[in-house]
Amino acid sequence: MHTSHAQHHDDETISLPHYFFIYAVLFLFWLLLVGNLRLQEMAAGALVALAVTLAAGPHLSIFSGLRLEAAAPFHLLRYFGYFWAALIRANLDVARRVLSPSLPIRPALVEVRTELKSNLGRLMLANSITLTPGTLSVDLRGDHILVHWIDCPPGTDLEAATREIAAGFEQHLRGFLK
Amino acid sequence: MRLVADIFLLLGAVFCCLGALGLVRMPDVYTRIQTATKAATLGALAFLIGAGILHPDWWTKLVVIAGLILLTNPVGSSTISRALYIAGVRPWHVPGSDDCTPLLDSQQDKP
Repeated sequence: MHTSHAQHHDDETISLPHYFFIYAVLFLFWLLLVGNLRLQEMAAGALVALAVTLAAGPHLSIFSGLRLEAAAPFHLLRYFGYFWAALIRANLDVARRVLSPSLPIRPALVEVRTELKSNLGRLMLANSITLTPGTLSVDLRGDHILVHWIDCPPGTDLEAATREIAAGFEQHLRGFLK
Repeated sequence: MRLVADIFLLLGAVFCCLGALGLVRMPDVYTRIQTATKAATLGALAFLIGAGILHPDWWTKLVVIAGLILLTNPVGSSTISRALYIAGVRPWHVPGSDDCTPLLDSQQDKP
């Protein structure tokens, strides 16, 4: 449900809500590094986060790919759940392939198409693909991601590879990234 | 509690060990990157969880470390493999099967 305004400014400018988001992230990062909630530390963190936001904000246009909507945190949580399951499956998959004496691999490079428009969205998708079973993002050109697939069924085309590799993540990422 | 922490630390060690084994067993650089990335990421996270259970007062910093590992590990692997691909390294494929690798424009002259 994003406005046309947000769509036109996809990756060029960064809006005021995004500044607030960056500020919140920096402040949270500070709190995690400090590790306590003393007023003194929080005041210092608030000031430092403000300074960093103002200084670095204009260069952080990658964050403009975020959808700042009420439903976004919910989608983020669902994505995390999906991601963890995929990461654990990936490791069991690696363990199985490495330990089986016949080394069951059929590696090939395939291309995958993404519908995510923003740089941040594509980055997250490529990262997710790298950490999921049997796939490694090699290159990103436009809306095509080149993926090294360790067990590529013969004769896989772009559509099939997209369904198999990217669709699951994309569905979740689309909830909070453009 | 101590036992749970030990289990996580052991799991981390097992995953890292499998990653190292993958480095030895896999036939080419792309498959090696695959096994090493996944195993090292989950292995490191399991270590962090184990450390977090042993020292609950460290959890904030461990969360920061986990987040940075999750963000930087795949980026590093992708960057290395991208450099290899652009440099023209072809992925190993099963002998006898067809190589369906899409080519860069500059590599179309492959026989």
